[in-house]
Amino acid sequence: MSERRSQLFGVMGEFSTPEDLLAATKKAREAGYKHVEAYTPFPVEGLSEAVGFKWTAVPLLTLIGGVGGGLTGFGLQYWVAAIAYPINIAGRPYNSWPAFIPVTFELTVLGASIFAVFSMLALNKLPQPYHPVFNVERFSQASTDKFFLCIEARDPKFDLAETSRFLQSLHAQHVNEVKDEE
Amino acid sequence: MSGDEKLPGGHEPEPWLEPGHTYASVTDKISSVVLTRPLGIGWLLGFAFLFGIVMVLNLAIGWLITKGVGIWGINIPIGWGFAIVNFVWWIGIGHAGTLISAILYLLNQKWRTSINRFAEAMTLFAVACAGLFPLIHTGRPWMAYYMFPYPSTMGIWPQFRSPLIWDVFAVSTYGTVSLMFWFVGLLPDLATLRDRAKTRWQQVIFGALSMGWRGSARHWHRYQSAYLLLAGLATPLVLSVHTVVSFDFAVGIVPGWHTTIFPPYFVAGAIYSGFAMVLTLAIPMRKAYGLEGFITLRHLEQMAKVMLATGLIVAYGYFIEFFMAFYSGNKFDVFLAKQRLHGPYAPFYYALILCNILTPQLLWFKKVRRNIPALFVMSLIINLGMWLERFVIVVISLTRDFMPSAWGRYSATVWDYATFVGTLGLFTMLIFLFVRGLPAIAISEMRELVHQDSHGNEGHS
Repeated sequence: MSERRSQLFGVMGEFSTPEDLLAATKKAREAGYKHVEAYTPFPVEGLSEAVGFKWTAVPLLTLIGGVGGGLTGFGLQYWVAAIAYPINIAGRPYNSWPAFIPVTFELTVLGASIFAVFSMLALNKLPQPYHPVFNVERFSQASTDKFFLCIEARDPKFDLAETSRFLQSLHAQHVNEVKDEE
Repeated sequence: MSGDEKLPGGHEPEPWLEPGHTYASVTDKISSVVLTRPLGIGWLLGFAFLFGIVMVLNLAIGWLITKGVGIWGINIPIGWGFAIVNFVWWIGIGHAGTLISAILYLLNQKWRTSINRFAEAMTLFAVACAGLFPLIHTGRPWMAYYMFPYPSTMGIWPQFRSPLIWDVFAVSTYGTVSLMFWFVGLLPDLATLRDRAKTRWQQVIFGALSMGWRGSARHWHRYQSAYLLLAGLATPLVLSVHTVVSFDFAVGIVPGWHTTIFPPYFVAGAIYSGFAMVLTLAIPMRKAYGLEGFITLRHLEQMAKVMLATGLIVAYGYFIEFFMAFYSGNKFDVFLAKQRLHGPYAPFYYALILCNILTPQLLWFKKVRRNIPALFVMSLIINLGMWLERFVIVVISLTRDFMPSAWGRYSATVWDYATFVGTLGLFTMLIFLFVRGLPAIAISEMRELVHQDSHGNEGHS
């Protein structure tokens, strides 16, 4: 580790309740910090708005996946039954669309679900085995019962001493530097 | 009944979670079953026994592949037999898992939190067992890919007007979506296990599976969005799956099958048997792993109420089948209805009425709903009853077709029973592995529940 160049990723403060974290996050944004991120063991209402994250493309991509799945489903059946392999079944028309609804429906749901899951993972940039926040030893509590606020070094207002003092002023229990190893 | 309201009389309802739990205590309690608890002799013996049964399944399938479907009791006219009875039974059992995880989620029902994870696992394993039956029933399972549309050198394509092809799409979509829903739900818990893992191999496995989940506010935002959408998608999906399964029957012109009541009554029956199976699994599990504080008596009572309600819908379905047979005046339908009461398989029909309609009426009594041994026995009876229902539907209709010259008899062979018992063993073995390998209760959702409970229940589930 020592030979590796390590640079500062940010400063992280630890809180024991979601309310403290939410209040601290709001104050950090009010103080002018832009690149802040909060980490919690369960979803906390209002926290993503507090870090400045308002809109996600997941629903839109899910809709696209659903529409795409449905069109693929119907198109496939139409093409198979009317163009590629037309057979007369009890005198029904080749394009007997009511019979194609169940498969169209299933493929709509399948397309939408696949897009919902994989767009969530992709937009979250998962899988991502390494992230600097994991270098903080206490961060393993973030998946149990502790709540963390990280102000990142790329923030224009970031200053190690100043930002650490700021987090302490918000009554963070522990303030740690987050190192990024390159 | 989200647990927020006061009961009449002004007293607080029982909590969904034993009081006094903290974020750390729920996390410890659930994750320790996976991470630190040693394998007990009971688990090992149980697993060894179930493994033996799975070997019986392997033998039965191996023999089937060697000799063909003639080793089963099926014949002409009864081409379906146990394979389809078991298929419909297993797929129905899976439906309760999706109902709990998706529909109760949309309805903000807090009591789903402690049972959704293992109910979803139950869904997956039940769908796996279900899928096996039509696959081996084809007689040449290595040709099963013919059912999927692919550009074959023979230039032929599947017949999309056939309910059997709809079934292929419905069941494979259901299996895929259930798996994704389950995995998304597990993701934060896998990260918890990664962070708490004591041994190197646990860290590597859970580290890889959790994919670097950090629980950041942005992660959670997208996660919740995807989870809600999946719940919204799984809800119509689960209704469509058993509807399509019922189309396998209802689209045919066979007497006793060709009725419009089939889709809703199949869906209700599926949820009925599924909740019975959730109880069959939850009652021993909460005892064995000391999870009574999470899966409380109130949860069991709630499930009993759902069973009672869906059981009544099923009873209504049986009644309407009879009513329509006589009301239509169709002589084949009337004859079939009478065959259920007086034919050679009448004992199965009466057993079905006893198991599915009469016994569950005891659930009207609170004393019974809160009596754990009684609930356990009743869940087994309902599972049996739902199996009999599918047997009655498949066998009586096929043995009493339009022309007496086409009538027949059906009796299962030892290989039919070996295959069925084998899937029961496979299902239970997978549950055994799941309980010790993954958190059987959703930890992050339990932490959320602790949070809501400590804030006067103002939140959503």
